Amino acid sequence: MIEFFLNGHRQRLAAAPDSSVLALLRDRLAACGTKEGCASGDCGACTVVVAEPDDDRDALSYRTTNACITPAHQLQGCHLITVEGLARGDALHPAQAAMVACHGSQCGFCTPGIVMSLFALHEQQRAEPSRALDGHRLEAALGGNLCRCTGYRPIRDAALSMATHADTRPSWADDPTLDEQVRALPRRSADSRYLTPASLAELAQAMQAYPSAPLVAGATDLWLEATQRLTAYERVIDLRRVAELRRIEETADGWWIGAAVTYREWEPLLAAHYPAFAHLLTRLGSAQIRNRGTLGGNIANASPVGDTPPVLLTLDARVRLASAEGIRELALDEFFLDYKQTALQPGECVAAIFLPRPEAGVEQRVWKLSKRREDDISTLLGAFRWRIDGGGHLRDVRIAYGGMAAIPLRVPAAEAALEGKADLDAAFDAAKRALRHTLTPMSDVRGSSSYRMTAAVNLLERWRLTLARPEPVDPTQEVALDAYAH
Amino acid sequence: MRTLTKRVFTAPTVADDGQPGDALLEPAIDGARQEIGRLEGDEPVARDSVTPRPDATTQHRPRAQAHESGIKHVTGRARYIDDLPAPHGTLHAMVGLSPMAHGRLTRLDLDAVRQAPGVIGVISAQDIPGHRDIGPVFPGDPLFADDEVSYVGQPLFAVAATSYTAARRAVRAATIEIEPLPARLDPVAAAEAGEFVRPTHRQVSGDWENVLASAPHVLAAEQFVGGQEHFYLEGQACLVVPSEDEGVTVFTSNQHPSETQKLVAEVLGIPFHAVTVENRRMGGGFGGKETQAAPWACVAALLARRTGHAVRLRLPRADDTRATGKRHPFHNHYRLGFDDEGVLLGGDISVIGDCGHSPDLSEAVVDRAMFHADNAYFLGAARVTGYRARTHTASNTAFRGFGGPQGMMIIERAMDDIARHIGADPLTVRKRNLYREGRETTHYGQQVDQYPLMVEIVERLERDSDYWNRRREIAEFNRASPVIKRGLALTPVKFGISFTAKHLNQAGALLHVYTDGSVIINHGGTEMGQGLHTKVCQVVARELGLDFAAVRISATRTDKVPNTSPTAASSGADLNGMAARDAARQVRERLFDFAAGHYQLDREGLRLENGQLVSGVGDIQRRIPWGDLVQAAYLGRVSLSASGFYSTPLIHYDRDSGQGRPFYYFAYGASASEVRIDTLSGEYRVERVDILHDVGDSLNPAIDLGQVEGGFIQGMGWLTSEELKWNAEGRLMTDGPATYKIPTFGDLPPVFNVELLEGHPNSQASIYRSKAVGEPPFMLAISVWSALRDGLASLADYRISPALDTPATPERVLMAAEAMRREEHAR
Repeated sequence: MIEFFLNGHRQRLAAAPDSSVLALLRDRLAACGTKEGCASGDCGACTVVVAEPDDDRDALSYRTTNACITPAHQLQGCHLITVEGLARGDALHPAQAAMVACHGSQCGFCTPGIVMSLFALHEQQRAEPSRALDGHRLEAALGGNLCRCTGYRPIRDAALSMATHADTRPSWADDPTLDEQVRALPRRSADSRYLTPASLAELAQAMQAYPSAPLVAGATDLWLEATQRLTAYERVIDLRRVAELRRIEETADGWWIGAAVTYREWEPLLAAHYPAFAHLLTRLGSAQIRNRGTLGGNIANASPVGDTPPVLLTLDARVRLASAEGIRELALDEFFLDYKQTALQPGECVAAIFLPRPEAGVEQRVWKLSKRREDDISTLLGAFRWRIDGGGHLRDVRIAYGGMAAIPLRVPAAEAALEGKADLDAAFDAAKRALRHTLTPMSDVRGSSSYRMTAAVNLLERWRLTLARPEPVDPTQEVALDAYAH
Repeated sequence: MRTLTKRVFTAPTVADDGQPGDALLEPAIDGARQEIGRLEGDEPVARDSVTPRPDATTQHRPRAQAHESGIKHVTGRARYIDDLPAPHGTLHAMVGLSPMAHGRLTRLDLDAVRQAPGVIGVISAQDIPGHRDIGPVFPGDPLFADDEVSYVGQPLFAVAATSYTAARRAVRAATIEIEPLPARLDPVAAAEAGEFVRPTHRQVSGDWENVLASAPHVLAAEQFVGGQEHFYLEGQACLVVPSEDEGVTVFTSNQHPSETQKLVAEVLGIPFHAVTVENRRMGGGFGGKETQAAPWACVAALLARRTGHAVRLRLPRADDTRATGKRHPFHNHYRLGFDDEGVLLGGDISVIGDCGHSPDLSEAVVDRAMFHADNAYFLGAARVTGYRARTHTASNTAFRGFGGPQGMMIIERAMDDIARHIGADPLTVRKRNLYREGRETTHYGQQVDQYPLMVEIVERLERDSDYWNRRREIAEFNRASPVIKRGLALTPVKFGISFTAKHLNQAGALLHVYTDGSVIINHGGTEMGQGLHTKVCQVVARELGLDFAAVRISATRTDKVPNTSPTAASSGADLNGMAARDAARQVRERLFDFAAGHYQLDREGLRLENGQLVSGVGDIQRRIPWGDLVQAAYLGRVSLSASGFYSTPLIHYDRDSGQGRPFYYFAYGASASEVRIDTLSGEYRVERVDILHDVGDSLNPAIDLGQVEGGFIQGMGWLTSEELKWNAEGRLMTDGPATYKIPTFGDLPPVFNVELLEGHPNSQASIYRSKAVGEPPFMLAISVWSALRDGLASLADYRISPALDTPATPERVLMAAEAMRREEHAR
């Protein structure tokens, strides 16, 4: 049984462990306003808002998600808001009214998803009215919603003009006890096929009892198995209630990020300490994905084109693995073994990732190349870390790439070519040669081998050019563009 | 009773009173004078440009009426096919697709499929009672392959099961054995081997060979222009309900209900009148549901008749992308002679369309590429040849622009190349080559009647976009910036409006007025987001002097308006708007006849405005509320229903000679785009776009603006990030949004100035002198591609014209930059 609220109404439904929120809405609740565009979390047509009790806040947080790849059981204890739940009788919500006034819908199929993303943005604006709606925020709010008709200009206008429309509240907002009622629902599933362990110990038990059951956190990758490959899961173990996986622990040297902490949740930490890395998160996936996806998933999935591993490799990140036997730690570069192969043993899971505190003088660049800037998987990604000592020598050089081999990896030969050098032109020439000798990227749908190699070498050149500039470079500038203009 | 018969009138002058439609015209008496076919009741026809009337039509000021379904869209109440409530016991169908590009189907064992949980029915080619080939124009599209398999994704069989997932799982249980045959995936190789789906066609004007031999300069080049996946957000979907007789009712996301009606009837072997096809709206079409929505309706209809249950069929995104055709990729080639000023003298252009495995609409698609190989330029003595190559991929099909964009790309490439060759700015060369007096006939013999408009648009945009100052500023910037390069380009668009298959240029409408005065209009066009239904309701409201809210539209249905054309070729509003107007005018005239007698009014002065019948002026003015009039007319036994019809006049094209007037008129536009390229990574941004586009007198400026902007961004996607990739076995690898990248919110240029040209009504008698707007703006995006080439050309101080095939992904841009650096180094 899943207990949740839908647009203010309490629901109690049984569902298969591998069913999605979208299937629940369309097939079980006959709520067909939410559309399926791709069933893979890439188009945003099925965007809904899940209001979930935050662990550390009284209020519910309103977050968009792609219903097609959100496990239905993750609605347990939440308030699900869909496009049907915004208008108050005939009075449209500002997100809706602005879309109509700006001619923001043409075929209308992506519109419910866009309206929900606008609704979430509107809720954010209500919470922080003084925060400016700049281009970055609009992009963050709407980058995960594809529209094939409008070209987005009227949608941008709608986003910017919501505030000029009457602030009509949805009918369900009239009930002052609603949030309390949602919070009163159990957070853990009572369904024996959808396990929600609360601690590492319970998790280890569950994994021992059901060794073939998949572990799921954000489900942004795993649920595609169900929608695209039709894999049936009889039993699923959900990590989102495991207390130890949901924490960020600060130590003297850095932070242990729990594997089930979502991108959105650790973005502020990164922004404060590693702005180039934080900026990468904005290109890692749409808001819908970042609201649910986790660092643990990105690591454990071991994709050769995962975005965070190369960056973490340059930061000498460590990974904590947990099982019934206990806990062990590994350097991240010992974790990735081969294509989609990791050091994880049966019964073991990624519990946390250690992000070291940046030392003074350390600099970082992260450059992701993809066919499309937003919401695309890397063709290749280069991450670079270094500091320059008093004598002008490069020190502690780390170079790592994604998309250049079967696993994300450091390139020690290129690092060695730069380490301790002050004659940058010669050193970078050597590093480029080392790169060419070490890596043999593959050709695939995202790019050819020769493009990957040329671009990877050119990223070293880009790095060299930015080093040669006297004035500081904005580390969040992912397309260098102005970086070497003058 | 008035009917729309074609009559011959003299060429009249244009009414200058701003009240089109009220001018009286004398029938032609003098047979020697030029004859122009026109429709009775139509406004005047002009062959010449109409004097701009910027302040005209105060009464009929076009209104930016919101989309008729806007509120339904934003509240989730708008229903698409998969949202429709289905009868109890409705089954879910899924199609089994070929895993191989080419081969002989030696075994199709479906026993395990039949045994799979939830399966109720299974069909393959042998189970089709009627036609097995559903080729829309020419044969070649078997509903299910039964011998030769021609592409990865070709339907082989289908199942109906109790759930969507059960059907999907069941399909995987089939045993399919195919004896492989060599797969042909390269259209150029196919053309060289003479493998064509349709015969080669040529258009020749003048002695092009002699011109090439004697021209002061001759350049030649080739290009690859990539295809494009439609990526309609609502995938292919239908719901088929068996009727109480031998037929079916088909609810389908479909741009061509009449053709689907025909094909469903033919595969079932039943008369057309036993099949009703309905569509209220599509979640996007773009051409992808013109012919390629029909197979799924046929499959579901077969399963529905076989099982006796209603059947839903909705293709999963990956199946949809593999099974259906795309925009044709093209390989183009030019060899052109020009003078020292870069003015074209003539030459030879060839276009090879990659048609996929069957003809589908490729005859007309490649024709349209040929018709647009000139874009806005006078080619001189030219030969244009179009080849229709057969490859083992899905059958490529209609997609916004219908070959026109691919054809234009070759001449736009030539303009840039010629400019670099003679050391002039590409805009200068483009302007010198625009159609103008004495150079106003296309290579297929049509006079370009509004050519001064093209010049005006380009010159205005040149000013408004501050082209020359920016050009200087960018050249300076590029000199000082070794890595980041900026590029700028201004390109024109001239796009021919009409179906080139003449018989499709007709439309019907059905209008009812109910006794409370409310009006319902139905017509043969379909709504795919382009605002057609909104525009048609506006036409009816205007004719009957009613508020927009008084007119409602109902779903397109083949039993209301029969034998309709596809909603395609940008023609929806032109054709159906005219048909609806005809129906409304018939009812209006009947009401006038009735009112003149019933209320004793002067018939001549009657008009409908603001929800009233008005007669006379000043003191003797009488006003009768619309509702009262309708009620009285009903009691007076006047028919309050009418069927309207329209066919486009004047057009003709002779395929044997390659000459004629295939287009009723041209739509014009121009755009200026600026890009900023990182030549180390190939990444770039489109930083500013200025557009000026001609829609005649706009029927609805908000909708037209939406078409212009949306078309531009879609065109930009085609030329930049949308890359189709097949593997060596012919399997499409970019089969969903994870790998196929259409533009996102962040791709909207930060500066995007879009303007509709005002004060230039259509020179032809289109609906209220508006112009079609669906396709033409798509090609405005060519300026983005040209701007990328401009930025890359700066790597060699604008002396070399870089090759840049499309889509110009960061990979292609980087490789082009590297090639430019190598060439510059070698000099």
